[in-house]
Amino acid sequence: MAAPDAQRLATALGPVLGAGLTIEGLTRVSGGASRETWLFDAVAGDGTRHGLVLRRDPGGHGGQSDRATEYALLEATANAGVAVPRPRLLLTTADGLGTGFVMERIEGETIPRRILRDAEYEAARPQLARQCGAIAAAIHATDTASLPHLPTLDAAAQIAQWRGVLDLVGEPRPALELGLRWLDERVPPAPTPARLVHGDFRNGNLVVGPDGVRAALDWELAHLGDPVEDLGWLCVRSWRFGVDERVVGGFGDLDELLAGYTSAGGVAPTPELVHYWMVFGTVKWGVITILQAHAHLSGTVRSVELATLGRRVVEMEWDTLDAIEGRW
Amino acid sequence: MPDDRPTAPELLDAVTEFLADELQPALDGRLAFHTRVAVNALRIARRELELGPALDATRRDGLPRLLDVPADSAPLRDLDVELARRVRAGGLDARRPELIDYLRATLRIQLDIAHPGYARDTTTEEAPDR
Repeated sequence: MAAPDAQRLATALGPVLGAGLTIEGLTRVSGGASRETWLFDAVAGDGTRHGLVLRRDPGGHGGQSDRATEYALLEATANAGVAVPRPRLLLTTADGLGTGFVMERIEGETIPRRILRDAEYEAARPQLARQCGAIAAAIHATDTASLPHLPTLDAAAQIAQWRGVLDLVGEPRPALELGLRWLDERVPPAPTPARLVHGDFRNGNLVVGPDGVRAALDWELAHLGDPVEDLGWLCVRSWRFGVDERVVGGFGDLDELLAGYTSAGGVAPTPELVHYWMVFGTVKWGVITILQAHAHLSGTVRSVELATLGRRVVEMEWDTLDAIEGRW
Repeated sequence: MPDDRPTAPELLDAVTEFLADELQPALDGRLAFHTRVAVNALRIARRELELGPALDATRRDGLPRLLDVPADSAPLRDLDVELARRVRAGGLDARRPELIDYLRATLRIQLDIAHPGYARDTTTEEAPDR
């Protein structure tokens, strides 16, 4: 994949940051198997340095509207005081840089294994679950009238979607089917009104510094629905990155997460509801790994990372059996 | 499997060692990450060569029993499709313990291939896997 043209980037950012910008240090970072993320600095004539991130789709995939929605969503949540990177520029066709947007860069670590193991974050780790609870509460309190149009997805709608995915891909996964049946039989009442749900709120999409969580990234799965979906997703075993005994992201306990959530105004969910959304998240992630591997196998996006993800589905199937058999 | 040396597993080992021990330390960022992913992919393939026959034996034994069809009546893949269909339709609800036992038995081998150690101590009253 060719790097974005620095001159075009400088020109596009001119109206936002001033003319005469120099683009320095353009680097593509890993993570985000289906999206491109580039880090760079835009340096003004007087030496002012802006740390920025370009989020861009590979050519031909994703639509402008998706990125425009994500841009508007970041703007609305930033204005509501949620810890997110502030968006700076939505790319247009005239910019000649593909579809995507530029946002501010929040310095810190996003790689889960470092967050969970490096000495630099040792003091932060005991705070992370509580801080995640507070951020989730702020996300869920966002005035939905300020948001761009987002789909409303309750549990029943998503269960139907995943069955459709399994049929489309043609992968027989009996253990996932058993999980879907369990979920289907226990669909909770849809909350009214529906709340903003981040949709991918987990270790790996958090910017962490020695002081704790600084921002929540990757809003492309945001929708309206049940806020407890975000809390359950954060507790899925995959997002513990090997620190299995710490249910929340490998760094904390459920009690800490919920304490942070309620202290920031969130309504405490029942343990049953959190468990439901943990199982839901586990099955969802299993379906996503199948879908990602299919993107590779069908030739849409050839990638060793997507290919290998396909073999992770058995982890989620194992966890699903554990969960519905009462072993969590 | 043919006996030509190096054998397929030995060739996989050679490439894995090259990628992990020589190439990856010379890289950073995205390429280092993807090289680590590639090493993992090769290790999965290597373990499947070893454990694949045991997995298929478990499927060949368990699938016809769960589905009440004669042994070797259809390719394993077709039986898997039928099992998934019946689970979705609720047709195996009455035999849930048997179904769970079968799924655990196959998943255990699949995990030994894809992610050794993952299935550890989540089942009760059983010795750890390894």
